Amino acid sequence: MTFYYKNVYLEETATITGPYEKNGPLRNYFDKTYDDLYMGEKSFEKAEIKLVKDSLIMLMKKSGINKKEVDLVVGGDLLNQITASTYGSYGVGNGFVGIYGACSSSVLGMIIAANFIESNFINNAICLVSSHNMTSEKQFRYPTEYGAPRPKTATFTATGAACSYLTNEESDVRVECATLGRIIDYEQKDPNGMGKAMAPAAIDTLLRHFQETGRTADYYDLILTGDLGIYGKEIFKDYLSKQYKIKLINYNDCGVMLYDLKKQKVLAGASGPVCSALVTYSFIFHQLKKKKLKRVLLLATGALFSPTMLYQKENINSICHAISLEVI
Amino acid sequence: MRNTKYERIANEHKADENRIGNAIIAFISGGVIGMLGEIIIEVLLGFGINRTEAIPIMIVIFIFIASLGTALGFFDNLVTKFKCGLLIPITGFAHAMTSSCLDYKNEGPIYGLGSNMFKLTGSVILYGIVSAYIFGTIRYIIGGM
Repeated sequence: MTFYYKNVYLEETATITGPYEKNGPLRNYFDKTYDDLYMGEKSFEKAEIKLVKDSLIMLMKKSGINKKEVDLVVGGDLLNQITASTYGSYGVGNGFVGIYGACSSSVLGMIIAANFIESNFINNAICLVSSHNMTSEKQFRYPTEYGAPRPKTATFTATGAACSYLTNEESDVRVECATLGRIIDYEQKDPNGMGKAMAPAAIDTLLRHFQETGRTADYYDLILTGDLGIYGKEIFKDYLSKQYKIKLINYNDCGVMLYDLKKQKVLAGASGPVCSALVTYSFIFHQLKKKKLKRVLLLATGALFSPTMLYQKENINSICHAISLEVI
Repeated sequence: MRNTKYERIANEHKADENRIGNAIIAFISGGVIGMLGEIIIEVLLGFGINRTEAIPIMIVIFIFIASLGTALGFFDNLVTKFKCGLLIPITGFAHAMTSSCLDYKNEGPIYGLGSNMFKLTGSVILYGIVSAYIFGTIRYIIGGM
């Protein structure tokens, strides 16, 4: 399922982050950062909504568009009923599509928006994603103040909101093509090893992308995976080279790039829907605009993990969507 | 679909968990908690309280300290450092309860605090009572009153 686009451009992005990302290596590329996880709100859920609102305001400011001119908003996050996206984007746009693709939501949203734009149903769209370390801890793991000891393979949910403005008006960065992922089940059971659970989905989507487009790894200046973390990244590279003889040279993982893994206590790296978006919309977008990178393939990985299903002895399924960004 | 080849390659990239180190830290920190408990009991004995009464008082003191530490926001950092040494004693129980409370305080006293307070510790209480009942019965049958 690969779609080619002739008329979709990534015009502007906005990124808002929390304190951990602020202390990471990409700090200078973010539009706004907070020192506190509450962002001046009473609860973490409200803080995440605030992040989404902030990112939308920032995007309007940077791109100079009016919130009534936006045709479509595609948003997703990790909260139940994707409340951060729905509450946060209230009042913006003439249509809203809520999506859930776990950590792959960032690219899934872009693919949906790009397909709408390419088919000329709409002229522009905003794709937004958010996650908050504390809200996802509360929802998926233990209470936030519990501080349960976790293994090194566990990942650390990034805090922030990121949005991008896709349009059919020509600009520097083009959305060139995208490959939609499918659900992969490799009988993974460990909720503290998401990198291992998600790597098969990334491999599947990458192979299908290469197969359907006829491209090889050399075609891209950079191939990025979403949030596999340090261990998942190694599994991904190793399995591709051993099983399929594909050597990835220009490859990195957003989860590894977002934090300083030596200094910050974030275990195997960042995760969450906003992880891949924060890295792509800030640092990568900047590099594309400066033409230091020309072709980038982003593979956003998501673990379709539910504590309920895990307690009922079901596997952790995963999914991965790919999008190719090109400089004109 | 289970892919044995994938499992083999993936298992080559496992994290090295410092299990022995963690166990030593937990052993020492848990031991220190036990020692502090004994000191409290000795102090209470000094005040003329007998041992049977001193033990629950010591436990209450620990519950109070742990809950206060959780509420003030530093106990979770201690747990990250000292691991199960703080989670296994009564301090862990108090911490689990208070942290659940803190998480749901915004949802109000009924739907928040009330229904989520024992989210983690409910199992401990339930199976604690059940096993106390069973073992108490066994002891009664074997040893008499």
